[in-house]
Amino acid sequence: MSVVPAVMSAVAAKDLRMEARGRHAASSVMPFAVTMLLAFGFALGPDRPLLAQTAAGLLWLSATFAAVDLFHRAYRTESDDGALGGLLLAPGAAGGVYLGKAAAAAVQLWLLVVATGLLVALLFGLPVTHHPLLLLMVAAAGVVGLSAIGSLFGLLTVLGRRQAALPVLVLPLVSPVLIAAIRATQAAVSGDPGQAAGWLSVLAAFDAAFLALGYLVYGHLLED
Amino acid sequence: MRDSAHLSAHLTHRDRRGVPLGLLASATALVAALLALVVAPPDALQGQAQRLMYVHVPSAWTAFLAFGVVSVTSLATLVTDGRRAAAVGQAAAELGVAMTGLTLAEGSMWGHSAWGAWWAWDPRLVSTALLFLLYVGYLAARALPGDPRRVRRRAAVVGACAFVQVPVVHFSVLWWRSLHQPPTLLRPELSAPIAASMLVALLVSLLAFSLGGLWYVRRRSAALLGSAAGHRSPAAEGAAVEAPARELATSPVRGPA
Repeated sequence: MSVVPAVMSAVAAKDLRMEARGRHAASSVMPFAVTMLLAFGFALGPDRPLLAQTAAGLLWLSATFAAVDLFHRAYRTESDDGALGGLLLAPGAAGGVYLGKAAAAAVQLWLLVVATGLLVALLFGLPVTHHPLLLLMVAAAGVVGLSAIGSLFGLLTVLGRRQAALPVLVLPLVSPVLIAAIRATQAAVSGDPGQAAGWLSVLAAFDAAFLALGYLVYGHLLED
Repeated sequence: MRDSAHLSAHLTHRDRRGVPLGLLASATALVAALLALVVAPPDALQGQAQRLMYVHVPSAWTAFLAFGVVSVTSLATLVTDGRRAAAVGQAAAELGVAMTGLTLAEGSMWGHSAWGAWWAWDPRLVSTALLFLLYVGYLAARALPGDPRRVRRRAAVVGACAFVQVPVVHFSVLWWRSLHQPPTLLRPELSAPIAASMLVALLVSLLAFSLGGLWYVRRRSAALLGSAAGHRSPAAEGAAVEAPARELATSPVRGPA
């Protein structure tokens, strides 16, 4: 039990250090999210009120799609040279590895959501200045939920050597997180902090449930 | 050559075993069709379109039953590593996906007749569509290449997660919709009092679907077990070439861990 926090922080620190040096998320995932935002703009047309109305949803959608790419990369680096096998040599470490991967993904995704959120505020007129702290918390709770599921099923892409399985698994599974995050964001920007806090607590409950689930079953995905 | 003869003899044995149940299911389905199409009166308000209910409700019921079976077999696969549980789980998931698809397609037809729209963003519709996708994901995980034992266990994890997700999806969609605007669409066929002949038709149809589902799951899981066990078809052999020794070692009884 006591090994879990140590493994978690070691794995998270390793993943973040890799990103800091390789800048994969910054150089490829972030531009992907921005491209998607522009594409949504083309799809909806330059109608300002419509864009402002849909901005919260578009922000979270682009974050989700970018996240799928991020999870895939996060595990592909592990499969090179059998790195994952090396990680798992630590006894009873599977849960810690999972939490570490999820924490590193959440930190990167949080930065991504905050950055794209500022861009959405600029491009689509999303009023982010009403409750900035609340929005940052919603962003954090949302990315934890995405990471909890993505870090669990990202593993399947490496083990199966086929990426196609990931989106079809992850997107229906994250839909509750997506719904709660979008609703919380919408409530916060439309000046209804009470409702935003309600959705935020729903989101926090999903996060806790998915993290617990991932922690419990991760070892089953890895073994043998 | 001898192997393939053995295989066909094996399957013939399985076929014969499923015949009484198949006949019973077919007979029940025939009675249900007669009751639903001829005996039961058309609905006072919805007319003939209401007869879709005799397929809609049983297919939804069968789908939920099948997904329940997937949950149980997923847990069983994780705990015991049973090949049998995994085969039953896959067969049940296939049945559930097909039945959910039928429920959606045929609910859509009913919606077109009753609401004038093929699709409405009603919570129940959305969560059913998500349920459909969840189990399509389970089947995708089941179809991943690799060592059969590992694929089984991974798919079982997906099955267990899908089970946890079902209520979460249901409630999140419900809240999403109810906070958006109050639900405007009701399902009168489920809340209104129902004529006796309609109720009998519905119950017989439920029985027919359940028997048919049971027949499919038994037959399909037997076929899956047959093709994955010792007598392998050439295709299964190619897919499982990675670790045949492990598969054989774990197949009949589980050795001491």
